Amino acid sequence: VSSLHGLTIAVPRGALFGGTVDLLQALGLDTDELRSNDRKLLFEDIGVITMRPTDVPTYVEAGAADLGVTGKDVLLEQAAQRSAEGGRDVYELLDLGYGRCTMVLASKAGPDPAHEALRRLGVMRVATKYPRIAARHLEETGRQSEIVEVKGSVELAPLTGMVEAIVDLTATGTTLRENNLIVREEIVVCTARLIANPVAHKLKAAAIDALLEQLRELPAAERGRGAPEPA
Amino acid sequence: MIHPIPSGTRDVLPDETREVRAITDVLRGVFERHGYGEVYTPALEYESVLARADMAEARPAYRVFDETGAVLALRSDMTVPIARVVATRYASAEPPLRFCYFAHCYRGVRPQRGQPRELLQAGIELIGAPAPQGTAEALTVLCHALDATGLKDYRIGLGDASLFPALMASLQVHEPVRKGLLEALVLRDFVGLQELLAESGLSGEAAELLLDVPQRRGGPELLADAPAPADGAVKGLRDVLELLEPAVAERIIFDLGLVRNIGYYTGAVFDVYDPALGAPIGGGGRYDELLGRFGRKLPAVGFALGVDRLHIALAGEERGTGALALAGPSGPGDAGEPVEPAR
Repeated sequence: VSSLHGLTIAVPRGALFGGTVDLLQALGLDTDELRSNDRKLLFEDIGVITMRPTDVPTYVEAGAADLGVTGKDVLLEQAAQRSAEGGRDVYELLDLGYGRCTMVLASKAGPDPAHEALRRLGVMRVATKYPRIAARHLEETGRQSEIVEVKGSVELAPLTGMVEAIVDLTATGTTLRENNLIVREEIVVCTARLIANPVAHKLKAAAIDALLEQLRELPAAERGRGAPEPA
Repeated sequence: MIHPIPSGTRDVLPDETREVRAITDVLRGVFERHGYGEVYTPALEYESVLARADMAEARPAYRVFDETGAVLALRSDMTVPIARVVATRYASAEPPLRFCYFAHCYRGVRPQRGQPRELLQAGIELIGAPAPQGTAEALTVLCHALDATGLKDYRIGLGDASLFPALMASLQVHEPVRKGLLEALVLRDFVGLQELLAESGLSGEAAELLLDVPQRRGGPELLADAPAPADGAVKGLRDVLELLEPAVAERIIFDLGLVRNIGYYTGAVFDVYDPALGAPIGGGGRYDELLGRFGRKLPAVGFALGVDRLHIALAGEERGTGALALAGPSGPGDAGEPVEPAR
């Protein structure tokens, strides 16, 4: 197969890359070059473009790709904060099941410093790479917070005393444990999602539906690396 | 020196203005030829007047006070101001009434590609013409207008705003669940829809139907296999199709999942797509209850085109490098093949 029913798909580099390439291979794409050449971005002959996961919704929304694979965490972070604001205008078509992680609120082991800060100071300081998800979660649970956006190792922030808690994505919890942090709350489970451009969804309906059909018929084990966990 | 302008707005300089003017001149000619007279209304209206319409996501976002302390709002569309004009200036005029407009509207969106806060809309409103004739006329004017601009590959997605609510009602979905399901559909989130359906306690069959039907889109054959609870809306769509000339009918893609984030739509709704642009160029639909809120109960239908988006699509088609051109049309039944009108 030269491409997915003539469709262009945005594939995320990073944690979801392996699962996505396995999936594309199970769908019949020739993924050899995609696997071996990690500098190339545009694989026109198989209709694949590769990019950072957070850029996938951008390319798909603009129609530069018909479809894309990205994590639910990315979609949630880019979703509309207030309804009138308008989030990313893309279809979320399918939960692909792999790349399973949990968005958690964590703080230093022992008596919860966030709890202490809330009680005595009225606000808890929270470091995160996901400021919108964090702010929404704390608002929904009625707590006042000061969100500190960081770009790198979030675990560092509570260890230095800059904040009392973090909101971050964790797959196994190993990094948290190694940094003496414990999960206080699970916010949402995130997996890889298949998204589509809203115009392509109409103009290329037959191709997209054929692909969805093919995806649903794949044995769970071939739907990327980690098989979907039972609900 | 930097003198900024507000985010989501821009200056239009002569080269662009000339091209935009050429497009609007063509559209104006088509609208006038079909009997739609052009109107201007104030960009600022009393907020309380605009608030009579259920604008939902597209409600006015910018407000100022006048010297008496009254709250004024920048209009977010032209449909509501024209409803006001009809109720006040044409309170006893014999319908149908036909208006067209070229006007800037203001939305509180987060500026992104193709999502300005000040946008030039070109559109028509047909007041007092019920479905299906009125809807068919609006779609015909829309196609004639787009044809006249030279846009080649556009398609019109046609659905019905009442279809999904009717489906939920006939499957006896609990009231509090309905809101969530509709919201997921408006957000284009089929994964979320599926999750909500799984938690809803609905039978497997009902849940399957509510997930499957809004994902159906394609030619008129789709209307034949629609499930019984959607009969009313589907019959409405079939009636419209029967009234369309072949050149218009072949542009139509039926879309049983088409919903709007503007609350006042009641029946047929439609979006304009072109492969050269990743977002709809415009859209419209029936708003049979809006005029009643202004005191003149009349059925109505209209559409608005984003002039800038139309301009981008025309330029994209010209270059042959539209946003979606990389992959091109993709197999049988897709955009490349015209849809046969039903007999």
